Amino acid sequence: MIKLEGVTKSYGGFTAVDDVSFTAQPGRVTGFLGPNGAGKSTSMRIMVGLTHPDRGSATIGGHKYVDIPNPGRHVGVLLDASAQHAGRTGREVLAVTALTMGLPDSRVDEMLELVGLTETESKRRVRNYSLGMRQRLGIASAFMADPSVLILDEPANGLDPAGIHWMRGLLRSYAERGGTVLLSSHLLHEVEMIADDMVLIGRGRIVAQGTKAELLQTQGTFVRAEHPQKLAAALAEAGITAAASGDGLRTESEPVEVGRAAAAAGVVLAELRPAEGAGLEELFLQLTADDAREDINQGALS
Amino acid sequence: MTATTFAPDDTLDISQTPRTPMSRLVRVELRKMWDTRAGLWLLIAIGAITALVLLIQIWVGAAQDLHLTFHSFLTSMSIPMGILLPVLGIMSVTSEWGQRTALVTFTLEPHRSRTIMAKLACSVLLATGAVVLGLLLGLLGNLLFAAVNGGAPVWGVPVTEVLGFFLLQLLGLLTGFTFGMVLINTAAAIVLYFVYSFVLPGLFEWGAQTIGWFHDARPWFDFNFAQAPLADASMTGKDWAHLAVGGLIWLVVPLAVGLRRVLRAEVK
Ligand SMILES: Nc1ncnc2c1ncn2[C@@H]1O[C@H](COP(=O)(O)OP(=O)(O)OP(=O)(O)O)[C@@H](O)[C@H]1O
Ligand SMILES: [Mg+2]
Repeated sequence: MIKLEGVTKSYGGFTAVDDVSFTAQPGRVTGFLGPNGAGKSTSMRIMVGLTHPDRGSATIGGHKYVDIPNPGRHVGVLLDASAQHAGRTGREVLAVTALTMGLPDSRVDEMLELVGLTETESKRRVRNYSLGMRQRLGIASAFMADPSVLILDEPANGLDPAGIHWMRGLLRSYAERGGTVLLSSHLLHEVEMIADDMVLIGRGRIVAQGTKAELLQTQGTFVRAEHPQKLAAALAEAGITAAASGDGLRTESEPVEVGRAAAAAGVVLAELRPAEGAGLEELFLQLTADDAREDINQGALS
Repeated sequence: MTATTFAPDDTLDISQTPRTPMSRLVRVELRKMWDTRAGLWLLIAIGAITALVLLIQIWVGAAQDLHLTFHSFLTSMSIPMGILLPVLGIMSVTSEWGQRTALVTFTLEPHRSRTIMAKLACSVLLATGAVVLGLLLGLLGNLLFAAVNGGAPVWGVPVTEVLGFFLLQLLGLLTGFTFGMVLINTAAAIVLYFVYSFVLPGLFEWGAQTIGWFHDARPWFDFNFAQAPLADASMTGKDWAHLAVGGLIWLVVPLAVGLRRVLRAEVK
């Protein structure tokens, strides 16, 4: 289990990570989602002791990362797949990792097979690796000791669709075995597909967290009328705020209230239903937009 | 992959995991010295250039009918080694940062000082290896020279001189290591090292000849100057004191500063 409590990190006057608290549970994949520069990587570096926070604490299974002996055995970490010596072969990178962790060399072959790097590819120098190959190498390092916790910063970065599909399966089965997975991404669909739990971060602050089901649950109503202006007027009359959404309107009120308001004003409705499938995309945009105070004409979920 | 299941526990049981032994960290660092093309070629170059210097010496010696002994070979070999070993020391530190592997290294061993210690130990081992290689090459060279020139090889090198040779190479490597720790950048550290070993001595020499007090003070802060008596094993008590003070100024203090920075730095 990964636990962050009130973690704060500033660079000069700029607060990159601001009072971040969340937990990633065993047996679940936790998606750490946020736009560029939100503080995901910084938070992850703090988890493994590469960056020292100004305040707050980060623990893994109840221990500070530095207090875990031979931490690679317990925590698989992939922070930046390109942080490898360009002059080493892929195989050698894994061999050094295995040696450091005290694992037999045979583990290297197993990992190469796991991530789908061929014998010839493994003998190439990392300088000549494609982005996706580097990513696979990083994933191989993280899985090397079959650790019970995984911390992966944008693991899908550079993977082809088949690779992303493969990784999804890998992480899913890993979580089903009871492992804890924390993975970051700035791509919603990616996280939506793999994660059980989600933590949304924007400008260094957590803006939402919960299970995927909770976060996906949308409230409100979508309504479309024969005469949109009449509908808007009717809703305003009834004190219901609404925002344009496609060729209709979206409100936070229940469908029955919207229907009642329309009926009272004699507006003919073409469509009236609970707003569904807003999806994480909308949620994500809203939450991060709210946080960034960008002027996007939405605020339904604030 | 073994399909073990993990304890559905919120805490991590670390009681069964021993911390990474120092010996393994040293082995890792040793391996990292030669498993890249740059590192491997540097090691090969050290051996090859040293051998080349030796061959030239034999050739010139035979042509001019010089009196060459085991001692002469050891002396001339310490020149190429003195230039290249420090570069090795520099690279063992700086390549972690230049290639950003520090991110992985310090994640696998979060006690950064242990990794630095392992790198230091690795430097000592390499200096030892270089001296053994130097002795072997010197031995070969001396035999070869005697064979080419006709006549019996002259040995007679005291143990103190061999130790001096070792200390010289070790200090060179450590100086490189220190400069690498302070600057964290391969090119800058190499430039600094060459300024230190080729430009500074000239400046100090000029200073010593023109300024009286400078002449007297020089052995205390000119680390190169202080190392000179090591080469011919003529170290006196005062020479050792010079060496110790120079080492404090050029090795201990900067190493402490560099270490402090590495321990505190944000690794990314
Ligand atoms: N050493 C530093 N000095 C100044 N600002 C920094 C430093 N390190 C990080 N930052 C800033 O902190 C913020 C968070 O960066 P971080 O790398 O954690 O973002 P991220 O969420 O991982 O973004 P991305 O999705 O682009 O990877 C950014 O605005 C970044 O510029
Ligand atoms: Mg990032």
